[in-house]
Amino acid sequence: MSDRFRAQLEEAVLPAVIALLIAIVCGDLLIISYGQAPGPVYRMLLEGTWGNWYGFGQVLYKATTLAFTGMAIAIGLRAGLFNIGAESQIAAGGFAAAIVGIWLPAATPGIIAVLLCILAAGAAGGGVAAIPAVLKTKFGAHEVIVTIMLNFIVLAFLNWLITAHLHQPESLHTAAIRAGFLPRLQSFLPAFRGAAANLSILVAILTALALWYYLFKSRGGYELRAAGLQPEAAEYSGISVHNVWMKAMILSGAIAGIGGINYVLGYEHYYEDGFATGAGFLGIAVALVGRNNPFGVLVAALLFATLSQGGLAIHAFVPKQIADVLQAIVIIAISAAVPEVRRLLLAGRKRVAA
Amino acid sequence: MSIGLLITQVLRISVPYLFAASGGVVAERSGIISLTLEGFMLTGAFTATLGAYYTGNPWMGVLFGIAGGMVMALIHAVATIRYRADQVVVGIAINLLALGATRFFLKLAFQSSSNSPRIKGLGGENSVTGLDNPLVWLGLLSVPFVWFILYRTKFGLRVRAVGEHPEAAASLGIPVQRVQYVSVLISGILAGLGGTYLSISQHAFTDNLTAGRGFIAISAVIFGRWEPFKAALACLLFAAAETLQIQLQGSHVIAGQFVEMIPYALTIIALAGLVGRAVAPAALGKASQ
Repeated sequence: MSDRFRAQLEEAVLPAVIALLIAIVCGDLLIISYGQAPGPVYRMLLEGTWGNWYGFGQVLYKATTLAFTGMAIAIGLRAGLFNIGAESQIAAGGFAAAIVGIWLPAATPGIIAVLLCILAAGAAGGGVAAIPAVLKTKFGAHEVIVTIMLNFIVLAFLNWLITAHLHQPESLHTAAIRAGFLPRLQSFLPAFRGAAANLSILVAILTALALWYYLFKSRGGYELRAAGLQPEAAEYSGISVHNVWMKAMILSGAIAGIGGINYVLGYEHYYEDGFATGAGFLGIAVALVGRNNPFGVLVAALLFATLSQGGLAIHAFVPKQIADVLQAIVIIAISAAVPEVRRLLLAGRKRVAA
Repeated sequence: MSIGLLITQVLRISVPYLFAASGGVVAERSGIISLTLEGFMLTGAFTATLGAYYTGNPWMGVLFGIAGGMVMALIHAVATIRYRADQVVVGIAINLLALGATRFFLKLAFQSSSNSPRIKGLGGENSVTGLDNPLVWLGLLSVPFVWFILYRTKFGLRVRAVGEHPEAAASLGIPVQRVQYVSVLISGILAGLGGTYLSISQHAFTDNLTAGRGFIAISAVIFGRWEPFKAALACLLFAAAETLQIQLQGSHVIAGQFVEMIPYALTIIALAGLVGRAVAPAALGKASQ
């Protein structure tokens, strides 16, 4: 292993390990405070997630949603943009996918219907993200605040559309789609019976591959990363940073929007108010832990999905909210550990060199 | 409904905003982003309920509420100031932490996933206006208090210097990080009080009691151009919109969701500079070296 690779690996993995250790200690304290023993609870958490097919299928389902929002935020961060709007972009995407799925005739060929729904989801998410993109590049409004504020506006608007116009009686969801179904994994592997995991996971993996190629092997991706690392230098070398930001933000919103298909096309087959609550915010954590690398994001999505599903698995003994607490602790710990580890490693290397 | 009662309703609704926005002004002027207000408030609301319930004294609840806000503020400060973690990321995590932790401990303390038992309030039980609750007046006072700190004390001068130009401030011998620590703690205290008002005035803690109020407060800070009195005016404006929404409920004049959007839409418009530009403190969000 070359030294450079080892150093990079250390820098990427150490903070995550530190954060997990801190989370485990905090988890111990919470479990003990609830009068339970940590060991058996952790074992139950693992058995309920990776220990049986149903639990694993649920983890895969939750990881799929988080992979989309995580990749959305990662591509923004690579361009130097912080998209906090994935929360509403995924909702808008899911909504658009449902509308197209309801509108299409049931006889539409499956693959075409799915592609049209995905296109609609991406267009809706990208459309929502275009607002902060324009406000940033044309008016200089900071995207963090605009995307946060826009979350509330878009979610209130969707809530109005559902409650005032589109809901089924006694519910907060639309009618079921007639075309655009993505089959569940149980249709191929019966062991997954009952689990929500569906072919959206394939879309997520393909998106990760495409995103990796775009970021690291294409000219556009090179410009995007250059704009993120050193906007002034990028501008000086002939890259239009504003164009890159527009593209990156809209792409980010589109990826988040496509995340909506996991629930709408693959699981419940309708749009429901609040179906992806929290996915946008957790996506920030996923991007952070995945170091803004598409494949890192996939791994991080599995980690956070395991925590979410694990919370449900231990709910009879410890309130499931322990998972939310631990996820938040992981985020805080890792975002504190990343700069610290980098500094310490740098100091260590200098000492070796001296 | 008389105009007097309407005004008192606006005042009551604005109290948590006034507390939290005043705190947000201090923290942001020191250069630390206050996306944490929601989490500080929610934690304060919950710990206030714990204090009031277990001691039977609502004033102990107030102390506990302050402490709860401070603990969360301390976590935020250590992560972002000592370890230079990203302020936006940690801010959002603080909100997730507050939501998860209050739910967890609501279960632990009161075996409920929805609400705490009834706690004693401050002020008379039969007041129509709710204005006999001293926290209402404390909330109003928090605005001139923060203005006085920022513009009439040496500490305030330092806060503004640190938020605009930390390197210059450091070269003048100002302890940049200590000033930021104190500023974030002040925001924790004030937002904690805002949460305390919510739980004490409704005599109980309920799940996700703050329901986005911290984000309305941060909107008020931005819409008010990071000035205490302007932010307070924004709080009153947003509270008036909310009062309107409550009064219009059931009538079909305008859907409540559109009134809900007002604070956020105004903030975006202000940030885009469409009606006079909102310019943030120069070093806001940048970790000091």
